[in-house]
Amino acid sequence: MLAIEILGLEKTYNVGFWGKTPKHALRPLHLNVEEGEIFGFLGPNGAGKTTTLKLLMGLVFPTSGTARILGMELDDPRMKAQIGFLPEQPYFYDYLTARELLEYYAQLSGVAAKERSRKADEVLAKVGLPNVAGLQLRKFSKGMLQRVGIAQAILHDPKLLFFDEPMSGLDPLGRRDVRDLMEQLKHEGKTVFFSTHILPDAEALCDRVAVIHDGELKGVGAVADLTSGVRGKVEIIWSGRIIPPAFKGLGADCHVTGDTVRAIVSEECQDAALDALRNAHLRLISLSPVRNSLEAYYVSKLQPGKAAAEVRP
Amino acid sequence: MKAAPMSRVFPIALNTFREAVRDRVLYNLVAFAVLMSGAAILVGQISVGIEKLVVINLGLTAVSLFGVVISIFIGIGLVSKEIDKRTLYTLLSRPVRRWEFVVGKFLGLVGTLVLNTFFMAIGVFGALLYVAHHFAKPDAWVLVALYFIILQFVIVTGLALLFSSFSSPLMSAVFAFSLFIVGAFAEDLRGFARMTKGITRWIATGAAYLVPNFSALNVITPVAHGQPVSGQLILYNTAYALIYATMTICGAVLIFERRNLK
Ligand SMILES: Nc1ncnc2c1ncn2[C@@H]1O[C@H](COP(=O)(O)OP(=O)(O)OP(=O)(O)O)[C@@H](O)[C@H]1O
Ligand SMILES: [Mg+2]
Repeated sequence: MLAIEILGLEKTYNVGFWGKTPKHALRPLHLNVEEGEIFGFLGPNGAGKTTTLKLLMGLVFPTSGTARILGMELDDPRMKAQIGFLPEQPYFYDYLTARELLEYYAQLSGVAAKERSRKADEVLAKVGLPNVAGLQLRKFSKGMLQRVGIAQAILHDPKLLFFDEPMSGLDPLGRRDVRDLMEQLKHEGKTVFFSTHILPDAEALCDRVAVIHDGELKGVGAVADLTSGVRGKVEIIWSGRIIPPAFKGLGADCHVTGDTVRAIVSEECQDAALDALRNAHLRLISLSPVRNSLEAYYVSKLQPGKAAAEVRP
Repeated sequence: MKAAPMSRVFPIALNTFREAVRDRVLYNLVAFAVLMSGAAILVGQISVGIEKLVVINLGLTAVSLFGVVISIFIGIGLVSKEIDKRTLYTLLSRPVRRWEFVVGKFLGLVGTLVLNTFFMAIGVFGALLYVAHHFAKPDAWVLVALYFIILQFVIVTGLALLFSSFSSPLMSAVFAFSLFIVGAFAEDLRGFARMTKGITRWIATGAAYLVPNFSALNVITPVAHGQPVSGQLILYNTAYALIYATMTICGAVLIFERRNLK
């Protein structure tokens, strides 16, 4: 079964003084997310990522189109019991403590009474907030609120998670924790659909990604396919500033940065290049195939003209 | 996952109550207590046989005004504040239907008002005891007057919630307060309407009956004079308030169900 099936969801806002100017926040979107995958939803600011998530959560209503989540309608409470949602810049009842909020939400999600406080403590520990359970949410920092947001999303052990920019506002360790958490969720067989701007995160985590721009879907693909394309070139890095003369003949593209040299040569010339380095007694640092980065794919989808330009991670 | 709606409505109501308490809404009771004791002491010194009349009149009027102010100022924010602050995002992505949220918020505020009125009632009876030294049988009618005042809060809260579902908080407060004032003269309005003719009469009558009838819910003066309240009026007022409030809540739900959250 598909975890998410988006069937032409479209959202047009009427803006301007008279509300007559249409603003296409989301053009008819068709997208499927399989059960058990981590799906990244990429796009620049204002692309329509949050709009899509709000439509899926039933917070705003589509101008046209529908979607099904776990095979059910968007307003089906049985479906909502099985999903978790982290909104962009989450905000909570600031007069509650973190534990009170989570116990309240657990109750609304149908968690049994005797389980609630254990669940609350468990998820707070999971998101790295074990010591502030009794603190009122008005006293939480931005990153702490983000963590509470993640905690409330996974609280009731949902099958499917929607995260709108899960890494936003987090410190480096926090980001790593969230990456680990998402991997763990996948390991437990859950589906994660998340939006992000951080391409290396998406590259490391996602099974598939979609790129959206100006409300329009620009491309969907498996990360493995998008990045595996070895383009018949290798990258050689060695220490020093010397470029052996033989490299000229190999058609190598060399750059000296600080105390290292980086050269890109075609695969056929790889052995000749290594021999040249050995003969010149230069110390090899690394040899690796040149891969397409997700960033290159992303840029190619947003700016078709620059598709050929090589972008390094 | 076939839990009854009440299993969501009730926790939402409870949380609304908790919010009101933590936002120090019940602090109004301090002001009320000061007012009542001041009045009791002052009236006790005059002592010309109208102490009870003054205390009941003043006490019940204060209960009503304090409560109406709370109904309006919290009522207009019940739903709109949660939309503005986006606390609804993580609530409505749970198995909570929008109507359950609205009804829960409404019941939470009504519960707060009932408790608030309960404490104020203690204050009124305390002042009564202070000036008269003992309770008389007709004092029991004060309880009925208090019950009617709570029915007023139920209607006013419903109105505040309804207005706030389609207009700004300030306008909602103005609308709700105006209707509270106009509603106090509902019986007179109905009288005026009967005096007009033709199409005007239809419109005026319709308008007069649309306005909440707060004059029927106000029995402060007769009760202060020790007069009883008829069982029929109690029954009629109860049904009226429940129907009126239900209609306002239905209206608010209908609007909120279609609304795009910002
Ligand atoms: N309520 C609204 N009224 C009018 N326009 C809106 C509304 N909400 C969103 N938009 C517009 O829809 C477009 C998409 O917005 P959205 O919030 O979905 O972007 P996003 O991809 O989440 O961006 P970001 O990465 O900055 O979060 C934007 O151009 C925005 O201005
Ligand atoms: Mg966004």
